[in-house]
Amino acid sequence: MSTRSPAVNRIVGTGIAVRGNDIDTDRIIPARYMKVVTFDGLGEYAFRDVRYDESGVMTVHPFNEPAYRDAAILIVNKNFGCGSSREHAPQALMRWGIRAIVGESFAEIFAGNCNALGIPAVSADEEAVESLMRGVELDPSARIEVDLVARQVRCGEASYPLDFAETYRQSLLTGNWDSTAVLLANREAIEATASLLPYVRGFSA
Amino acid sequence: MSENLFNRVWDLHTVTTLPTGQDQLFIGLHLIHEVTSPQAFQMIEERGLEVLYPQRTIATVDHIVPTDNQERPFADPLAEHMMQALEQNTKRHGIEFFDLTTEHQGIVHVVGPELGATQPGMTIACGDSHTSTHGAFGAIAFGIGTSQIRDVLATQCLAMARPRVRRIQVNGTLAPGVSAKDIILRIIADLGVKGGIGYAYEYGGGAIDALSMEGRMTVCNMSIEGGARVGYVNPDDTTFEYLRGRRYAPRGEAFDRAVGWWRSLASGPDAEYDDVYELDASSLEPMVTWGINPGQAISVSERMPRVESLPPDAREVAASAYRHMGFDDGSPIAGTKISVAFIGSCTNARISDLREAARIAEGKSVSPGVRAFVVPGSKQVALQAQQEGLPDVFERAGFQWRAAGCSMCLAMNADKLEGREICASSSNRNFIGRQGSPTGRTLLMSPAMVAAAAIAGEVTDVRRLAATTVS
Repeated sequence: MSTRSPAVNRIVGTGIAVRGNDIDTDRIIPARYMKVVTFDGLGEYAFRDVRYDESGVMTVHPFNEPAYRDAAILIVNKNFGCGSSREHAPQALMRWGIRAIVGESFAEIFAGNCNALGIPAVSADEEAVESLMRGVELDPSARIEVDLVARQVRCGEASYPLDFAETYRQSLLTGNWDSTAVLLANREAIEATASLLPYVRGFSA
Repeated sequence: MSENLFNRVWDLHTVTTLPTGQDQLFIGLHLIHEVTSPQAFQMIEERGLEVLYPQRTIATVDHIVPTDNQERPFADPLAEHMMQALEQNTKRHGIEFFDLTTEHQGIVHVVGPELGATQPGMTIACGDSHTSTHGAFGAIAFGIGTSQIRDVLATQCLAMARPRVRRIQVNGTLAPGVSAKDIILRIIADLGVKGGIGYAYEYGGGAIDALSMEGRMTVCNMSIEGGARVGYVNPDDTTFEYLRGRRYAPRGEAFDRAVGWWRSLASGPDAEYDDVYELDASSLEPMVTWGINPGQAISVSERMPRVESLPPDAREVAASAYRHMGFDDGSPIAGTKISVAFIGSCTNARISDLREAARIAEGKSVSPGVRAFVVPGSKQVALQAQQEGLPDVFERAGFQWRAAGCSMCLAMNADKLEGREICASSSNRNFIGRQGSPTGRTLLMSPAMVAAAAIAGEVTDVRRLAATTVS
């Protein structure tokens, strides 16, 4: 078994903007679509309840617009992905086609779940996010580049600095975002650490 | 200055520092349930891996279980399928499973502590954001995603960056009728739903010390609603007495040695923190949410905030909250009519929660037109409640008494809101669609406040209802 997942250095694609602060994971994927034992097919349920009204009629939502169907970079505002730890949320976005997320800020568990899938969830300041959003709203075919090496996001002539936890950045650049093999390689050290914990030793004298 | 509990426990569990800069953290207790684990088992099997420490994982079933007819196969074939997957996975990998045939099935965050599996000084992970609940015992406990469940199953470890620690000092004494739920709703309203990002919250001070373990669990449970992945309380005599004699707790001299170790981990009076926030508990009133996130909460006597009075970056969410809720800003929250009352969830379905609600419901009747449910957090809670005659009290008042599970907190079973119903709920999230109807509306409050709302048919100050009972 290989210890490396593919390196993620830069993601280039068209963008899609979902506006609003505090968009929770129940909104990204409603719980009733989690009654499954695999993640297959979750893509079509991304943002399901905001994409359709009560009678099942499609609403105006970027995820419903054919012009954004091939978008790879999702642009969001503050505290995106708050709430439940469900990995179903980034899985649904990934299976819809999202490969990177640029936002003002992210909920912690959501950001970790994205990273574990090799999806960078990177932060940019309010102004940068607003101009990226406007850019993709005016021109759905505008190309966006998330460059983890240079810590920049680019759209046309514009370039904005990215704020991204260095640990996540390193894990993506070095292809270690799928951490199982990395952790298991330290098996002896795992056993050594465990053997020193009083509760693992049954609080023996 | 000395180290706080969080950093002590983190250091003891650090296996090594990874090349990414993350710490490899050993996980002392792993809890699993049917919703977030099946894909993780599939992943380890695809890679030909085993569960490294099967004895350090405990399973139960909670999210999808019906709370009325629990006969197998379940009426919902999707729920039955998930149940079977967990049965097969736990059997194949030698993991203990507290299923519906045992007396310890229930919501995973109620069951872990009840079994004494949750102990001070442990690292605890579960594929559920409310894992922070277990921090009430002085453990570092946090929610993880399914890929991380895979990591814990295969390696008993996680790759994590160490968060900062914020002390939340809750001074003073709670007034009668004000509870742990009101403390945490106030903290989230004050610090915001993203105020805790990057932090572990240490709760302490007179008001926290005075809480029972159940109250402390309620506070820690909702840490994640304030953005903090971890929330904890330092272990003390209340903690140790709760654990004594429980199934997985050490016994005899081993228990005494355990208490010595647990005590040694607690943050001292000179412990260092990255930040401190203080709150006076004596001024708190019962809290109610008016919006679409748990930070949008006010005292029951207050009016809902004017959008323009809020900080600029809170206005857009407040405006969409008012649109969804159909409320006018500036109106009082008291008097809001409800159609459903739900007492349950990992936040507030423990025995003390049910006792408080029953005290309010006793001798009263649920308002006509209100559907009211009590869903105990576990089979043990249900058994204890039966011994105390609580189901009778609730049923005589017109509440439905159900079997243990997550139920209408997130509506993965048949218990759901319909249409635009408004629900007074003792759960933890008022997100749009959370309780099963995309247009449904949730008002979060303490279990006693839910009972009061069920009886009044509207949001009401439980202290006034309690006062009329006395006179």
